[in-house]
Amino acid sequence: MRSGVAIFPGSNCDRDIIVALKKVTKKIPLKLWHKDKEFPNLDLIVIPGGFSFGDYLRCGALAARSPIIENIKNHVSRGGALLGICNGFQILIEAGILPGSLIRNKNLLFTCRETTLEIQKTIKSPFTEGFELGCHLKIPVAHNEGNYFAPKSLLDQLSSEGRIAFKYIEEKDVNSDIDYNPNGSCDDIAGILSKNGRVLGMMPHPERAINSLHGGTDGLKFLTKCIENIVG
Amino acid sequence: MRVIVNISLKEGVLDPQGQAIQNSLSNLGFNNCNNVRTGKQIILDFQIDDKEQIITETKKMCESLLVNTVIENYDIQLEKET
Repeated sequence: MRSGVAIFPGSNCDRDIIVALKKVTKKIPLKLWHKDKEFPNLDLIVIPGGFSFGDYLRCGALAARSPIIENIKNHVSRGGALLGICNGFQILIEAGILPGSLIRNKNLLFTCRETTLEIQKTIKSPFTEGFELGCHLKIPVAHNEGNYFAPKSLLDQLSSEGRIAFKYIEEKDVNSDIDYNPNGSCDDIAGILSKNGRVLGMMPHPERAINSLHGGTDGLKFLTKCIENIVG
Repeated sequence: MRVIVNISLKEGVLDPQGQAIQNSLSNLGFNNCNNVRTGKQIILDFQIDDKEQIITETKKMCESLLVNTVIENYDIQLEKET
């Protein structure tokens, strides 16, 4: 299992995901720099969260035009797995690797808290196949522009093609005034897949839930299953 | 020559910033305005004077970087020479 983490100026979750990947794969992931035009073939590339290029112009817009992106696209066309977390998800959308857009949170607040995700019925994908349908994961979010927006035709297409990986869900036994959907995303979408299921973009941060001191380890569970299925 | 690109959100795209501004305006007593939409302006100074070339190039810039055409519209204006 060879993994790599693509780092841009302003990425700030790169070290966290490196720690998480190291914990799961027992190997140190390769650090890739945004200017890298060449790197060895990898099984998984992660684009971490942060504020690449200071979120200038639009979140992820400048990173999505970096030299490394061409190579990441080649990695995807070879069938390599690609995971974009938070700002990484915004970069995948700006690069046209995933469809739709991520706009300002509905409540205009930078939202940093735990959310509950429900695994959806999807096409075959290493990112979801390790989980039972409807299984819940508690993973935190931390973002200002995570409100997934797409025209209804695209939402219908994503749903019918089984490309919605997970949705924010209300926990039945919890009485809370806080909206279970942290950003107002269309259809409560928290993460989507590419057509071949090998690319996942998600707003929540699994690398921030890998240690009981984080308040939960569902992120570790999620990453472990993903790695198992990417290799398998 | 100076080119001004105005970028606005497409109709139907939620503009929470615009909504917040509208709320504040109505708090200040401006009740005649019931909808606010925000956008951005990008100013480009070209070193060439060929208007056609400038517009073609600006359009390419808009489509490849400046504008997210999924959610945004744009228009290009050449600033009048002084």
